[in-house]
Amino acid sequence: MKSGARLGLILLLTPLLLWLVLLILIPHVDMFLVSLRERVGVGEYQVSLANYLTFFQEPLYLWTFLRTAVMSIMATLITLLIAFPVSYFIAKIARGRSRSALFLLCLVPFWVSELVRTFGWMILLRETGIISNLLQWAGLVSGPVEMLYNDAAIMVGLVYTSMLFMVVPLVTTLESLPDEVIEAGYDLGGTNTSVMREIVIPHAAPGIVSGSIVVFMLSLGNYLTPTMLGGKDSLWFTELIYSQFIVRFNWELGAAFGFMLLLLSSLIVWGMLRLTGQTLERTMG
Amino acid sequence: MSFDLECRNLTKRFGGTTAVDDVSFEVPSGSFFSILGPSGCGKTTIMRMIAGFLEPSSGDILIRGKSILDVPPNKRPVNMVFQHLALFPMMNIAENIGYGLRRQGMAKAQIAVKVDEALDRIGLPGIGTRKIDELSGGQKQRVAIARCMVLEPDVLLLDEPLGALDLKLRERMKVELKSLQAAFDTTFVYITHDQSEALVMSDTIAVMNEGRFEQMGSGRDLYYRPASAFVAGFVGDSNRWAGRVERAEGNVMQVRTESGLSMRASARDRALGVGDAAQIFVRPEAIRISTAADDLAHFDNHLSGRVTNLLFNGAASRIVVAADAEEIEVNLPQSGEFANLTEGDAVHIGWAGDQGNCFAAGAAP
Repeated sequence: MKSGARLGLILLLTPLLLWLVLLILIPHVDMFLVSLRERVGVGEYQVSLANYLTFFQEPLYLWTFLRTAVMSIMATLITLLIAFPVSYFIAKIARGRSRSALFLLCLVPFWVSELVRTFGWMILLRETGIISNLLQWAGLVSGPVEMLYNDAAIMVGLVYTSMLFMVVPLVTTLESLPDEVIEAGYDLGGTNTSVMREIVIPHAAPGIVSGSIVVFMLSLGNYLTPTMLGGKDSLWFTELIYSQFIVRFNWELGAAFGFMLLLLSSLIVWGMLRLTGQTLERTMG
Repeated sequence: MSFDLECRNLTKRFGGTTAVDDVSFEVPSGSFFSILGPSGCGKTTIMRMIAGFLEPSSGDILIRGKSILDVPPNKRPVNMVFQHLALFPMMNIAENIGYGLRRQGMAKAQIAVKVDEALDRIGLPGIGTRKIDELSGGQKQRVAIARCMVLEPDVLLLDEPLGALDLKLRERMKVELKSLQAAFDTTFVYITHDQSEALVMSDTIAVMNEGRFEQMGSGRDLYYRPASAFVAGFVGDSNRWAGRVERAEGNVMQVRTESGLSMRASARDRALGVGDAAQIFVRPEAIRISTAADDLAHFDNHLSGRVTNLLFNGAASRIVVAADAEEIEVNLPQSGEFANLTEGDAVHIGWAGDQGNCFAAGAAP
């Protein structure tokens, strides 16, 4: 009987372990080993930290990384600011059918691929695009306006792509806040802002943090949106990794970049959790 | 007499349904007023209108003589203890109790003093720094009341706050709530579907059904002198028969039930005439049991039958007697003389005619 339970446990855990070991652990270990190699001659390698040194010594790499991190944080904040009222409306104000309809509306854009969605933005924002034509037709501008290929376009694309991943955890946590508690807040003399600040937001904090972590990670690791919407001055860190692997065929440096991205993004998330006084267990549990 | 709360012709319609239908009442200062009714009768709607979460379709609500219809919920001198208490889980107990005071802009030191006072008053001193989920059900209850009482509201509304507690605790909280009300000397308006909560605690009870008040009075009034068939059926237990009036002498009615049983009952000045369909309510404790028919000769109604069921429930034990095709519930006297009754025993039962309450049929639930 006991061995039967053990067998069941092993069978249940096997897919998970296979997934973890084959797809996450082994590639990462291998990547780490690659990043520690330095090519000293044709087919000759030695172990060194040279690739990591390159990252810190070359200002372009460091700057690109910082820019990517700061813009991802900004994208996360903007997403949060837009998603919070939307989620509050869905979870607490809308009722019955309109609630599911609104939730579906948030979901629908994600039925098409990210590539198509990004092309949608290009159609809207490019020089000969809809918005540019509309402005000219209205007489607000004299010639075509190019709104693509800059940081603002990247930001728009990132926020749009991330919205659902913020709305879902927020709606879930807000739904778990009983209406009674909000009413009690008003009943005891709270104003709209104080109820929001002292009751709703503290309750939604785990959702805010988990949504922010997901959105931050997605933005940081996004490749498609910055490449398509950004210009030649808006370099994204993932583009650097791509060019090392594919263009320069310098796997050693690319792997080191990958590891730096993993390390620094984990650091930022850890720092944010500390700053907001949340723990990973609370936000993910 | 001054009134803390007055409702005048209060009406609330939701679409086509009328949840509260032209209800008027006054609650004297410092009294414990209960609204008792089955779920869906509109009592919660009244409470939410007083608290300000719903706007009445028509009518007026006055607190200490001033209309509060234009006052938003956070400015009303009314506080509410919610059904599930709605304590703020993100705050500790002191922060919960101090929430309203912080909103009033009171100084921190003064809030701390007030919170400590309130904790003393509810008999839980020194627990201010604990978390909400460390408290037992009864303690949460008291904290929820303290959270409202520190604001010194004119009226405290309580929306079935004992519903979530287990039976033993509920019994204790009934007594405790009553003494808290006396200690704070504030007007309590309590809504419940549990008649014993209302009967034990209230000075005045309003029985509500389908959006209207059926009767308003003390617990005794409702129990012994129900004004309608609904109140007679809802408050306390009753044996109930439907029948037709055969003879009327003043208030004394001779009624024959559908199964042919003839009995006397009192109409208590209600308009009932010969031939009218009637409903008769007789409380199980109003019926006397005896082993000898002679003992009951002085009663207007007597029957002989057999015990078909023993419902043992300590002090509230009953038997079911089958007599003349009717089943009648009778309370066993507490003296123990019938402790040995068993099913199938022959017994005689009887009750005085004025213990039977007779209503015109049609209005009963």
